[in-house]
Amino acid sequence: MSCTCDQMPGSDNLIEAYPEKRAELEAYIDSLPLGENPDRNRGFLIQSLHKAQSVFGYLPTCVQLFVADKLKLHLSEVYGVISFYSFFTETPVGRYKINVCTGTACFVKGANKIVDEFKRFLNIQEGETTPDGKFTLGILRCVGACSLAPVVMVNDRVYGNVTAKLVPEIINACAE
Amino acid sequence: MFIASREALQEYAAKIKGAAAAETKILVSMGTCGIAAGTTPVLEAIREEISARNLQNAIEVVEVGCMGLCHCEPTIAVIDTATGRQIIYGDVSAAQVPQILAAGTDSPAHGTRTVERSWYYPEFEAKPDTAIQAKIVLRNTGRINPERLDEYIGEDGYDALAKALTEMKPEDVIKEITAAGLRGRGGGGFPTGKKWQFAAAQKNDEKFMICNADEGDPGAFMDRAVLEGDPHAVLEAMAIGGYATGAHNGVIYIRAEYPLAVKRLGIAIEQAHEYGLLGKNLFGSGFDFDIEIKYGAGAFVCGEETALIHSIEGMRGEPTFKPPFPAVQGLWKKPTVVNNVETYANVGAIIRNGSDWFRAIGTQGSPGTKVFALAGKVSKVGLVEVPMGTTLRQIIFGLGDGIKDNKQFKAVQTGGPSGGCITTKNLDTPIDYDTLIALGSMMGSGGMIVMDEDDCMVNIARFFLEFTLDESCGKCTPCRVGNRRLYEMLNEICDGRGTMETLDKLKNLALTVKDTALCGLGQTSPNPILSTMANFPDEYLAHIKENRCPAGVCPNLIHYEINDKCVGCTLCARNCPVNCISGERKMKHVIDQDKCIKCGVCFQTCKFHAIEKK
Repeated sequence: MSCTCDQMPGSDNLIEAYPEKRAELEAYIDSLPLGENPDRNRGFLIQSLHKAQSVFGYLPTCVQLFVADKLKLHLSEVYGVISFYSFFTETPVGRYKINVCTGTACFVKGANKIVDEFKRFLNIQEGETTPDGKFTLGILRCVGACSLAPVVMVNDRVYGNVTAKLVPEIINACAE
Repeated sequence: MFIASREALQEYAAKIKGAAAAETKILVSMGTCGIAAGTTPVLEAIREEISARNLQNAIEVVEVGCMGLCHCEPTIAVIDTATGRQIIYGDVSAAQVPQILAAGTDSPAHGTRTVERSWYYPEFEAKPDTAIQAKIVLRNTGRINPERLDEYIGEDGYDALAKALTEMKPEDVIKEITAAGLRGRGGGGFPTGKKWQFAAAQKNDEKFMICNADEGDPGAFMDRAVLEGDPHAVLEAMAIGGYATGAHNGVIYIRAEYPLAVKRLGIAIEQAHEYGLLGKNLFGSGFDFDIEIKYGAGAFVCGEETALIHSIEGMRGEPTFKPPFPAVQGLWKKPTVVNNVETYANVGAIIRNGSDWFRAIGTQGSPGTKVFALAGKVSKVGLVEVPMGTTLRQIIFGLGDGIKDNKQFKAVQTGGPSGGCITTKNLDTPIDYDTLIALGSMMGSGGMIVMDEDDCMVNIARFFLEFTLDESCGKCTPCRVGNRRLYEMLNEICDGRGTMETLDKLKNLALTVKDTALCGLGQTSPNPILSTMANFPDEYLAHIKENRCPAGVCPNLIHYEINDKCVGCTLCARNCPVNCISGERKMKHVIDQDKCIKCGVCFQTCKFHAIEKK
């Protein structure tokens, strides 16, 4: 089976386009203690996908296929795993990943209003990216910083005690 | 350093304990929420002050895990090592550091906030009258540097493993854990000793010990605190479990959302290898044990043990029918024990002090302690560890200092999306596994979300259903389809479209899903509905019969109006995010109801009580 990326609108063949990234991912998978038993090798799939996503930013079909080939799995198995876990994404994400926590503590303290405010301000829905590729809006379930609820994470930075009024400030802070 | 025998370990521990300590020790809380609240600049200020005043020999700075005082992070503790006197400071800023260092431990520095210690350590202290908390699981968390194995050894770390390997037979270990009555802290409360015994009884050349660190319950963060604050306690307990059951491989399954915990676990495993505390021939006993880390990828259902095992195997995290139980056929179809982080964190203390010591704490049916993550509308949010049998009133009003902003307590949700709510009338019930189930809730992992008069219970039930809907793996019909129908019915009620028939159907379907779903996630998902219906029937009826949301939360059932108290200060108009409030200065303002998004900002900002929620 050949890579189908070329036929898919809007997705470049990342594996060919970035040989140095391909080399990094390949070196990582080659360093895993893979054995003879193909079933046991599958146990390395999720961590390989974590690595792939951290290298390429997202997991389009060509990357899935590359990982599938390296671990001698079917593309369908890899796709099944990616579509199951919320951490993995098949579409490119923005430079700033804005994630509003909607865990119970944040919910009780009004996280939904924060989500609405981000939607209104960025003019996108949950899971979408602004057309300029700058912001992606998402929700996540509990970062375990419940004492600071409601919490917003922008990339790795945690903002605590967020109010609707702080939303434009958080967005502006990204621009700087 | 390589430790080859129990004698060598004890000798090394004695050397660490006997080493000359600095006059003063400063503990700085460096857990995830401490760092988010700004502990790093405080730590830098302390370091700078120490070098500026040349106090490197007099003061030792220790970066520790969470002290549990989340409500006043950044937190630091100043300890006089000779007398043990200590002062705990909360809400510390970098600017306060010079005064705090100058003040010593006789009296607190001026203009700072101090915190009373509400806990004691049953392993090495008598119980003071004021202590509500007893720290067994969190004995080292917030006291030692989790990235330094020597500090753990200095607290008798790995001695329980050494004792088990050199003095006890595997069956003795299981007997001790069984006699202690330790029950699984991850949710169901299954006896840990029994689980180990099932696995030990299997004849197989390969067995696994798994640590479930996929803390998915939104609002629970005790496992994160233990892994960030005392990772070796978990490693040691897994090795003890491995010895007891005949497993030589351990796997820690941890969520990718906990990067700091992952990092500290990695450091801990590496150090344990270096010291010979993991690997081959531990303490010269001939027993081998090794641990690897596997990452989750964001799926709540992977907290269920069969789903977790499939996820480690690199598959979709879907649960399968039990039996066969993992103890018989688990990871790679081999006998496997799955225990949660907090369960493991109890094991070392039980082996060191014996089952009688452990049973003396807690209740008859649930010995020991439980860690709760106290959050929501409570004044002092925090991580607390209390003996089983403590009442909710002691936790919420004693440790949590009551409800924020003098509001009325309404309910507390335990057990997360699988649990239920508990109301005022049961605040004085001593809680353990069995009493919580009798109250229609469950222990779960220990999240405790407090709700006040401003929370709508129908909306809370809808929130939890939305969560399970999101997280349902889709394998069985009751959970995949049933929960969606339940969610739709709750939406109807919240929108004011519900009828008495909706209410009947809601209850029937909730009971059906509970009876027929495949795994724990589905079987418990209707609990929030059933428990809010039982405890707050009037709220459901008000939504249906009067089109009214008593707590004033459900947007379709409320609107805001400006009354005659308005003085025209324009504050609300300036804060309204959609600019739907108009009016001249010093004249009464008006809300354009068509444009209003009911966000409530005007209601919160008005200083004259001129905005009414109807």
